[in-house]
Amino acid sequence: MEDSDSVAVARAKQGDGDAYRILVDRHSRSVFRLAYRMTGNEQDSEDVVQETFLRAYKQLHRYEARSSFSTWLYRIAANYSLDLVRRKKRHGEIGFQEQATEEEMGEVVHAVASDAPGPDRLLFSGAVQEKVAATLDGLSQQERTAFVLRHFEGQSIEEISAVLGLSNNAAKHSIFRAVQKLRRALEPLVAS
Amino acid sequence: MNHVTEEDLVLYYYGEAGARGVEEHLGSCEACRESYHALQRVLNSVDSLPVPERAHDYEAQVWRSIEGKLPRRSFASRWFTWKPLAVAAAMAALVVAAFFAGRGFQKPHGEVAHDGNVRERVLLVAVGDHLERSRMMLVELSNSDAPKHGSLDISYEQRAAEDLIESNRLYRQTAMSSGDEATASLLEDLERVLLEVAHSPSAMSEKQLDDLRKEIEGQGILFKVKVFGDQVEQRQAAPSNGGVL
Repeated sequence: MEDSDSVAVARAKQGDGDAYRILVDRHSRSVFRLAYRMTGNEQDSEDVVQETFLRAYKQLHRYEARSSFSTWLYRIAANYSLDLVRRKKRHGEIGFQEQATEEEMGEVVHAVASDAPGPDRLLFSGAVQEKVAATLDGLSQQERTAFVLRHFEGQSIEEISAVLGLSNNAAKHSIFRAVQKLRRALEPLVAS
Repeated sequence: MNHVTEEDLVLYYYGEAGARGVEEHLGSCEACRESYHALQRVLNSVDSLPVPERAHDYEAQVWRSIEGKLPRRSFASRWFTWKPLAVAAAMAALVVAAFFAGRGFQKPHGEVAHDGNVRERVLLVAVGDHLERSRMMLVELSNSDAPKHGSLDISYEQRAAEDLIESNRLYRQTAMSSGDEATASLLEDLERVLLEVAHSPSAMSEKQLDDLRKEIEGQGILFKVKVFGDQVEQRQAAPSNGGVL
């Protein structure tokens, strides 16, 4: 994929629109997934996908193949997602999702622990997903970006540092803090 | 026994460096092993977070949404693709021109006129290309926007401007030596603007970019180059009948 990405990038740099379309075809779904995990909002994620491919096209001459094309593209998507979420938070357009109360969670855990049948298992799975989403929403944008890039995208600490403009240590600590918060929120649910 | 820290467990989970020591420790420490399994359960549960499915033709939808908004291929990329050809063309044009100029001193009168036409046509094409590349770079720069609270990196355009200055000097000297004052004057104006670009800061604020834009517009160079380019096209299309560059 990366080799053929290089060929498509080289052709796109020379103004070949079909080559750029190949890159859009290959990466639009994964950029959407990243954007959704960063923003937690479907409409915002669509916005991120479009803007990422527009920005990438404008900056294509600055891509020098030191990293893979997809890593470079994810960097643009992650940075734009960060900007978007910050902007919306500043304008009060989004707030953290309501977190399920401890009591509600306790009821779900109890139902599952009592060898409950199928529907409760589904309820449990839904509750875990909600809790994961709420906890991710509760992370700072730096923690969320670092965690999403490491956990879902498998990016290295160095790559994450570059996206966030942080030292390697600071990027690492953002991941640790995110994992700690997730542990605190989810361990009671998934303990057994 | 020293237990493994939570941070080391996280690094181990993600396969970061230093994992070997952790693995050995987990093999012999039940408390750390249990802690690691708890971490695994939490992080594995994060994977359950669903992402909304996209339509089967999602890629085509994305393409349709951006296709009309894609700008013309940026100047810098085109320049660096064309640069080797452009430099070679400039050198070849001058070599051919010099060859025919040299022959002008050695041939009978009738042949000098013919050779002069060939030289002028070679230079005409080369100067036309040079002006078009310069114009593209300046138009691109004039249309750029610097971020409100940041700077625009114009280092690619500056490198292009430096290369263009080199060719510009050669063409200007050639135009002067062949007595084509109009072309020499245009190339002199262009050189001034190219120097301005090459010597500007590489990271431009909104204000600096605006000043540079005014400088380019103030010289009227884009208009002059466009008019000259049109004339060159007409002369290229016309049958060979001599005349100045």
